[in-house]
Amino acid sequence: MADEPHLLGTRCSACGTFFFPPADGFCRNPECAGTEFESVPLSRRGTVWSYTDNRYQPPAPYVSPDPFEPYTIAAVELADEGLVVLGQLVTGDAVTIGDDVEIVLDTLFEDDANEYVVWKWKKVAT
Amino acid sequence: MEVEEGGDVSTGADRDVAVLGVGMHPWGKWGRNFVEYGLAAARDALADAGLAWTDVQFVSGADTIRNGYPGFVSGATFAQALGWTGARVSSCYAACASGATAIDIARSRILAGLCDVALVVGADTTPKGFFAPVGGDRPDDPDWLRFRLLGATNPTYFALYARRRMALYGATDEDFAQVKVKNARHGLENPYARYRKEVTLDEVLESPVVADPLRLLEICATSDGGAALVLASTDFARRHGASTGSPARIRAVSTVTPRFPNTVIEMPNFATDSASSAAPPPLSFRDSIAAAAYEEAGVGPEDLDLAEVYDLSSALELDWYEHIGLCKQGEAERLLRDGDTAIGGRIPVNPSGGLSCFGEAIPAQAIAQVCELVWQVRGQAGARQVEDASVGITANQGLFGHGSSVIVTR
Repeated sequence: MADEPHLLGTRCSACGTFFFPPADGFCRNPECAGTEFESVPLSRRGTVWSYTDNRYQPPAPYVSPDPFEPYTIAAVELADEGLVVLGQLVTGDAVTIGDDVEIVLDTLFEDDANEYVVWKWKKVAT
Repeated sequence: MEVEEGGDVSTGADRDVAVLGVGMHPWGKWGRNFVEYGLAAARDALADAGLAWTDVQFVSGADTIRNGYPGFVSGATFAQALGWTGARVSSCYAACASGATAIDIARSRILAGLCDVALVVGADTTPKGFFAPVGGDRPDDPDWLRFRLLGATNPTYFALYARRRMALYGATDEDFAQVKVKNARHGLENPYARYRKEVTLDEVLESPVVADPLRLLEICATSDGGAALVLASTDFARRHGASTGSPARIRAVSTVTPRFPNTVIEMPNFATDSASSAAPPPLSFRDSIAAAAYEEAGVGPEDLDLAEVYDLSSALELDWYEHIGLCKQGEAERLLRDGDTAIGGRIPVNPSGGLSCFGEAIPAQAIAQVCELVWQVRGQAGARQVEDASVGITANQGLFGHGSSVIVTR
């Protein structure tokens, strides 16, 4: 797993609740007084809870290619963690609710010095 | 229905406050200073109440974050514009729930016996297009991150819910479009609405897709506007009553937060809470918003004559039918198709025309919802009057977890 891209969350050492984006300091479960968290890799695979696309250019701080290209966003359920996580779908993919998807790394945007990467969802071939 | 004072459902009557006056500045894209809209609404509300500004002991402002410093201290901004009187003041921000929170602060102060007459004001001037996060690089702010990492605009979230309704309950593009057609018809008769034009099903379905399955005519615009209320203790209202008759009453204000874990993806987050250790609460956050208002007022959805809900998208209005208990989950489409939620139907929703006809003026919107309920229960809503309206609810939700629901009775 370590070789493959995955999201890093945290897990409360006292009550076991997962957090993404990573939380630390104080556990957000109101029944838990935990203050210790471990960094944990989240499941690479999940199922599509819902999806949509975006056909108009969003405002900054989104960095849009020129010309703007529409993209799909999927809300994905990670069963083991009990989380739903949003992400763009890789270009060219199409999904429907209930489809299996996995995490990949893809370009968010590039400038003269760097390529910035972000997680995206990719449909798992069945 | 009639809510009897002193009867079984009046358990909270000693927590009622009277609405003596309501006022609004027409919604639009006027491009002027937001203070102007708030001031016009406040003066109308005072005139409606038959009171002078100098009678107001407490000013409760609902803030705007897109109009510089005066917007962050809106209570004082409006008080200064009306002319300093030494009145006590509060300014609050709770995103789309700011208006309800401002009402709640004024109500609490009245019920605590700290004042008799309070003025609640909210107004906004908005930029064109998608709402963007407030400026500056802030990688620890989920509202900044969702734009930066995902390009997740507000309509993205509305569309995720809409797509889910289609998959779970068989909602169709036509259903979503019919909500817009209904609300456009309602708004025709509202002099404060920005869009007063009938639209056909075809016009909605031919408008461009913004975020599949939602179309341009199904997503609420951003607007300029202002709304105000004059609230008073019921004792003061009785003393003042000779000129106003029996006033409308606010019976409940719900400002609940979610319960952990909130397992529905919510703006502006890009992940939910985890249900891995604690079970999700029996009521979802949106269900709990109205439930708390019903409990406080001692009324239930079966007592309602009308509702004003936050139709940020046409599809979201259907979600609200269920969240405020008008029907069970999955039955909202049937209510719509049967015409139950149109004026003349069993339980009209958004007789004002809703956000569909107004566009959103954030700090004014929850106050405007209450203005509509007051006009309706007074029988002053003109051609959009809901017959014999006496009990109404508003429902709304502010970004990050601000619930907002107000129950008004006559």
